[in-house]
Amino acid sequence: MNIFVCVKQVPDTETKITPTGDGSFIETASIKWIMNPYDEFAVEQALLIKQSNPAANVTVVRVGSVKDTEALRTAMAMGADDAALVEAGDNLDSYSIAKALKGAIEKTGKKPDLILAGKQAIDDDALQVPQILAEMLNLPSVSVIVGFELAGNSVKVKREVEGGALEVYEVSTPCVLACNKGLNTPRYASLPGIMKAKKKPMAQYSLADVGVSDADRRVKYSGFKLPPEKPPGKKFDATDAAKQKEVVAQVVGLLRTEAKVI
Amino acid sequence: MANVLVFTELHDGHVKPVTLEILGKLAGQTADVAVIGDIGADQVAALAKVGAQNVHKLKGANLDKYSPEGYANALADFIKSKSYDYVFAGATSMGKDLLPRLATKFNAGLASDVVNFTMDGGTFAGTRPLFAGKCLAKVEINGPKPHFVSIRPNALGMTEGAAAGAGNASDVNANAGDIRAVIKDIIKAASTKVDLTEANIIVTGGRAMKNAENFAILNQMADVIGATVGASRAAVDSGFAPHAMQVGQTGKTVAPSLYIACGVSGAIQHLAGMRTSKVIVAINSDPDAPIFTKADYGIVGDLFQIVPIMTEEFNKLLGK
Repeated sequence: MNIFVCVKQVPDTETKITPTGDGSFIETASIKWIMNPYDEFAVEQALLIKQSNPAANVTVVRVGSVKDTEALRTAMAMGADDAALVEAGDNLDSYSIAKALKGAIEKTGKKPDLILAGKQAIDDDALQVPQILAEMLNLPSVSVIVGFELAGNSVKVKREVEGGALEVYEVSTPCVLACNKGLNTPRYASLPGIMKAKKKPMAQYSLADVGVSDADRRVKYSGFKLPPEKPPGKKFDATDAAKQKEVVAQVVGLLRTEAKVI
Repeated sequence: MANVLVFTELHDGHVKPVTLEILGKLAGQTADVAVIGDIGADQVAALAKVGAQNVHKLKGANLDKYSPEGYANALADFIKSKSYDYVFAGATSMGKDLLPRLATKFNAGLASDVVNFTMDGGTFAGTRPLFAGKCLAKVEINGPKPHFVSIRPNALGMTEGAAAGAGNASDVNANAGDIRAVIKDIIKAASTKVDLTEANIIVTGGRAMKNAENFAILNQMADVIGATVGASRAAVDSGFAPHAMQVGQTGKTVAPSLYIACGVSGAIQHLAGMRTSKVIVAINSDPDAPIFTKADYGIVGDLFQIVPIMTEEFNKLLGK
């Protein structure tokens, strides 16, 4: 069974984002890169399948810059068997990334039985790549999954929708599944795992190798800027129990008369 | 002027409010609506009021339930039979799942989760947040038409006095095609409240809530003011609330009219997810909590004392 896990490398959630002077992207020099948090659930799910099916092979695939390969090494340290990296900028659009992932998967020569990914990358927050990849490969897909049961070549998954309701899908492999938090608890890489990961094979391709060119860009971003700062608000001290009722009544009153939201 | 199709999903027979926001904003373009299934005359009238010219009701076998493939196939066939420049939809659970697949059937681009846009000369130019709202960028679409756009609910707002459209409703025979991922069951959510991403008022609890049981005081306040209850990542990771309730960079990005943060310190990844709320109230015992930098009204005090008083005051104000 060939399992592919698509991962992205993104700025750590604590990162303060600074647009470049010309607004073409963000300053990336001092960013700490991590594996996209939602992709960890995809990696973990692949490894859980491998535990009960030792013949399964888990390949992690990533499109992005090569200055740091943290995400792929982390996934291999967790237990993935091998990796493929397509060298590209960090500001590629979803269509180009999906096409590059497709190309990289095909380059491995292994026919995918299951493709897993995070439901979204926390950099461009587009929520597009898994579904585009599925359509490009003519495979079914389910996104935002929080439950997974594999039986033979049939998968039962739970997809989370508005308000926490769940849609229960049945889908046969091969398919593309986009994973959400709550699906499982990602493991930490062990020290031996980290040592082993250094020796695991990592194929490297250019965008041209996987058939992607500038003409594949569909969405262009520009004019990166910080959101407007709010003017400072009003702050009330209600630490003194005797004053609490007065302060709260005043704020509730302001919500009606000044803010007009109640 | 552009020819635009707005896809609307139905919720209990009603179009989603984001559809009306989109139509209002498209004033000056020719806008049709597509819906899968049937909608009543009142809903067609509501769409026409904000500019819908034609309302196409796509009907066919295997389209009674959502499926990414069935809906994408049916809509792709319909769109190919017309000549639309743009296809818009709300960035709802369904819109986010469906549109990438649908756009790829045309090898076309999709600008997702757009919060504002113009259509000068019939060309889309949008703005969208990236990095969970830590920055904004302009977004444009290149390549084959139609171009696809998903719009974040609550971001555009309703357009007052939008010109009405003809609102001609008609049935369209649709073909769901081959569906390989099929919904077998739907497990209803414990809460019947509107989703965080569509809520007009949100009350959020942070780590200072101490446990899941204490969320009861937030639920009581939420019931009084018609709010949906959310949680910070710290509260979710501590097991006080499910991930479906999480607001922030690894949860939901929200933009309600009123956001009341109770015992939320205001980590950068939380602020990113709620900073575009129109009015923010923060209750925190730490006067230096970062949440106060984003709050329109900050109350320094113990949430366990303040929240019940606030609930009582809301009760009085709303005459309940």
